[in-house]
Amino acid sequence: MLFLGVLVSQGCGGEYPQSTLHPSSDSATLIDQLFDQIFWWAVGVFVVVEGILIYVFVRFRERPGDARPKQVHGHLLLEVGWTLAPALILVAIAIPSIRAIFIIDRSTPDPEALVVEVIGKQWWWEFRYPELGIVTANEAHVPVGRTVDLRLRSADVMHSFWIPRLAGKRDLVPGIENQLWFRPDSVGVYHGQCAEFCGTAHALMGMRVIVDEPDDFERWARANAAPASTPAAAEARAGQGVFMANACVSCHAVRGTPAAGQFGPDLTHFGSRLTIASGVLENTPANLARWLDSTQHVKPGNPMPEVELSDAQIRQLVAYLGSLR
Amino acid sequence: MAMTDGYSTGIRSWLTTVDHKRIAIMYFVVGFVFLLIAGVEGQLIRLQLATPERSFLDPDLYNQLFTMHGTTMVFFAGMPLVVAFFNFVVPLQIGARDVAFPRLNAFSFWVFLFGGLFLYASVPLRVMPDGGWFAYMPLTNPEYSPGPGIDFYVLALLISGVGSIAGGLNFLVTILNMRAPGMTFMRMPLFTWMALIVSALILLAFPPFTVGLIFMLFDRRFGTHFFDAAAGADPVLWQHLFWVFGHPEVYILILPAFGIVSDVIPTFSRKILFGYPVVVFSGVLIAFLGFGVWVHHMFSVGLGPVVNAVFGGATMLIAIPTGIKIFNWIATMWGGRLRFRTAMLFAVGLVATFTIGGLSGVMHSSPPADLQQTDTYFVVAHFHYVLIGGTVFGLFCGFYYWFPKATGRMLHEGLGKAHFWLSFIALNVTFFPMHFSGLLGMPRRTYTYAEGLGLDVFNLISTVGAFIFTLSFVPLVWNLWRTWRRGEAAGHNPWDASTLEWTMASPPPHYNFAEIPAVDRRDPLWHPYIEPESRAEGDEPGGAVPRRQPDEPPAPVVMPNPSYWPLVLAVGMLLMTIGGLGSLGLTLFGLLVTAVGLFAWAFEPAFGEEAH
Repeated sequence: MLFLGVLVSQGCGGEYPQSTLHPSSDSATLIDQLFDQIFWWAVGVFVVVEGILIYVFVRFRERPGDARPKQVHGHLLLEVGWTLAPALILVAIAIPSIRAIFIIDRSTPDPEALVVEVIGKQWWWEFRYPELGIVTANEAHVPVGRTVDLRLRSADVMHSFWIPRLAGKRDLVPGIENQLWFRPDSVGVYHGQCAEFCGTAHALMGMRVIVDEPDDFERWARANAAPASTPAAAEARAGQGVFMANACVSCHAVRGTPAAGQFGPDLTHFGSRLTIASGVLENTPANLARWLDSTQHVKPGNPMPEVELSDAQIRQLVAYLGSLR
Repeated sequence: MAMTDGYSTGIRSWLTTVDHKRIAIMYFVVGFVFLLIAGVEGQLIRLQLATPERSFLDPDLYNQLFTMHGTTMVFFAGMPLVVAFFNFVVPLQIGARDVAFPRLNAFSFWVFLFGGLFLYASVPLRVMPDGGWFAYMPLTNPEYSPGPGIDFYVLALLISGVGSIAGGLNFLVTILNMRAPGMTFMRMPLFTWMALIVSALILLAFPPFTVGLIFMLFDRRFGTHFFDAAAGADPVLWQHLFWVFGHPEVYILILPAFGIVSDVIPTFSRKILFGYPVVVFSGVLIAFLGFGVWVHHMFSVGLGPVVNAVFGGATMLIAIPTGIKIFNWIATMWGGRLRFRTAMLFAVGLVATFTIGGLSGVMHSSPPADLQQTDTYFVVAHFHYVLIGGTVFGLFCGFYYWFPKATGRMLHEGLGKAHFWLSFIALNVTFFPMHFSGLLGMPRRTYTYAEGLGLDVFNLISTVGAFIFTLSFVPLVWNLWRTWRRGEAAGHNPWDASTLEWTMASPPPHYNFAEIPAVDRRDPLWHPYIEPESRAEGDEPGGAVPRRQPDEPPAPVVMPNPSYWPLVLAVGMLLMTIGGLGSLGLTLFGLLVTAVGLFAWAFEPAFGEEAH
C-alpha cells in the first residue's frame, strides 16, 4: 500500500488533476510540505508499533506446557518514556503547523493581490472581479505569479471552495465573508469542486481555475469586461431571438442585451468557457445541445427547468451561446 | 440462548422486564439489526461509487442513504451496542444485582427502540432525511429541505437522546453507588472504569446537542431564526452545538471498546494489565480533552488562526493518552502466554488498526494539513479505521468474550476466526484505498465522481472490500445458528478470567449473586496466581468471598419488580414525537399518556418481596 502511495506521488499532476499532492501555488506547497513532514513521522510510528505488535504476536504465543507468566504491575520509566516520546513528536509537528496556520489563516499581506469575489450558489460558482468589472461563472482566470485574494460568500447554504492544487479549503458561510489567497506558480487548468455537502447536486458543483500568462490574462480580462457582441451568423441571430423570447432571460444575464436575470450564471462570454454546468460537460456544441435538451438528466436537481424547445431552436441556441466569446 | 434460570419467559415478561441482563440482550439484538441495516446502506453506497459516473442510485436517494447510514451507525447501532455491554457486564463486574434505577433502564431501552423505529418509518413513507448525520444549517432549514425528512431526523434523535441521557445517569449512579464491599475505584475492572467515564461523557455531551435539535425543530416548525443568517443569526452556531457533542460522541463510542480490550488482553495473555492506573487515567484524560477539540471538525470554517492553533494543539494532545493505552496493552502482552481465541484476535486487531486511524487523526490535527483533508475520503478512511477498527472490533471482541457468560454456550472458534480474518481484511481493503482517493481530491458525500481524476482504481478496490465485509457476516450468523442448536456448555469461567462476572453460573441467575461478594483486590479470581512478591503491600490473599461470620445466615435477596410503566411512558413520548410531525392533538394525547405513566410509575412499589 505504501508502495502504491509512492507511485501516486511520483505521477505527474496531469493524471490527478485534483490532487493535494501536486501543489502549484505557494499556499498549497506550504501545506504539502507540512503534510510530508507529518506523514513520515506517522510512518515511523506505524512501523515501530506494528513491528512490536507482530513480534509480540509471534514470540509470546502460548506453547504447550507453558507455566503462568510472571505478573508485572507496571514500570514507571517505561510509562514516562512512552508518554514523552509521542509528546516530543507532537511538538515537532505542532511548531511547523502553527507557523503555517499564521500564514494561511490570515489575510494576504500582498497589496498587489488580485481581488476575486466568489459567491457559492446551489450548485454553481459566481466569480466577480470588482476592479476589472467582470462577472463570470464556474471558471476563474488568474495570472501566474500574482497573489489571488478570494472573498468568499454564500447565496444560500454552506459550500466550501476547494482547488486542491492551489489551496486548502475555505467554507462559504451565509452572512459571513471569508478569505482565501494563493499565488499560483505555473500556468494550467486547475480542477476543483465544492467540498461541503450542499444538497442534491453537490457532487456536480465543479469549477476550474485557469492560470494564464500575464498577457493572456490581460487579453481575457479585456474581452470579458466588454458587453456581448451581436452575433453575425444568421443561425446565431435566430438563437438570440429564441433566448430572448423564452424563460432563459428570467435567470441569465447577457450584458449588452435585455437579458438581465440574476438567478443563474452570467452568460455574456459563455462561448469562451471550457465547461458547461459547472464542470459537468466539456463545452462542445453537441454537449450544449444535450444540456439544453435535458438539463435534469445531465445534472439532476439543478434549478434550470427543461424548457420545451424544438431541435431547430436548440441548434440556434447552441450557435448563439457559442458565439458569446 | 435460553435464559430460563428463575425467569418466566413469555412475551409479557420481556415487555415488563427490568432485569439488566434481559435489557442488555434486547439492546444487543436491536442494535445488531440496525448495524446490519446500516451496513446494507453502506454497501449500496459502495455499489454506486464502484465506477465513475454510475447511475445505480439517483443523487437524492444517495444523499438519503449516507444520511441514514451515518445516523443509524452512530445512534442506533454503535450506542445501543455499547449500552448493551454496559447493561450486561457492569452490574456483574461490580458485584451488584441490578443497576441503580432498573425501571429507568427499561425506559431508556424503549425510547431508544421507538426513536429507531420512528426514524425508519421515513423509509416506507419515502421521506428519509437527506442532510447528513451532521445536518448542517441552513441546508436543513425548510427553505432548502422542505418536506418532513429532516423532521424525522430531529425528532428521532430527540426521543432517543432522552434514553441516552437517562442511561448515562443510570450507569453513573450504578457505578458510584452499587459497588460490592471492597470494590474501590482502583479495583474496578477497566471496562467498568470506561463505562463510568462514558456515562459522564453522555451526561455532559448530549444536552448541547439536544438544545441544538430543539432550536432546529423550532426553526423548522415555528419559524424561529436560531440559525438564520438573514435574520442576523449565525448558522455556524449549529456546527458548534453539533460538534461540542459530536466529538465527545466519538469517545462515547471508542472508550467502551478500549475498556473491553483492557479486560480481554490480560485474560488471554494470562497477565494482569500492565500499568493499570496509567490506563485508567489516560481514559479520564481522553474524555476530558475530548471536550476541548470540537473545532477540529471546523478548521475550514474560517474561525481565525488563534482558534485553529489552540484547537489543533489540543487535538494533538489526545494522541498522548491514546498512545499510552496502546503501549500498555502491548506491554501487557509482552512476556505473556497469548491464547489467540477469537476475542483476543479482535483485541489485537483493534490495537493494529486503531493505530492506523490514530495516526491519520494526527495528520489532520494539524489545521493547515486538515484544510486539504477535511471533507474528503481521507477523513472517511480515518474515522472508519477508528469506528470499525476501534469500536466495532472492540464490540465484537466483547461479544466473543462475554457470549458464553450471557448464554451458557460456547461459540465455535473456527467460525469466529473466519469472521475475524474476513472483517480484518475487509476493513483494510475497503478503507485503506480511501486515504489515496481523498488525497487525490475526492470530496465526501458526493454521489458520483468524474472520470479522469485518477480515482477509479481506488474506488473499485473499496467496493470490493465492502463485499468482503458483507461476506464476513456469514460465519458470524452461521456461528450463532450452530451455537443455538448445539453449543457446548460454557461453565462458570471458560477463559480463566479474573473478574467477578466469572464467579457465577453461565447464564447468570436472575439475582446474579446469591450473596454479594466482598472484594479485597483487583483481579480477585487470579489471586492464587499473582505471586506474593508482586502483591501490593497490605494485600491479603482472599479474592471475592461474602463478608460474614460462618454461622451468620446469608442476607436476603431483594429484586426489583417488573413493571409496565416504563413502556407506557415511552409510548407516550413516542406519540408526542409522532405528533411533532404536525399534529398538536396527538402531541397532547402523548403528553397525557406520559403523565399517566409517570404518576403510576412513581406510586408503584419498586422492590418486591424477598425471594430466594
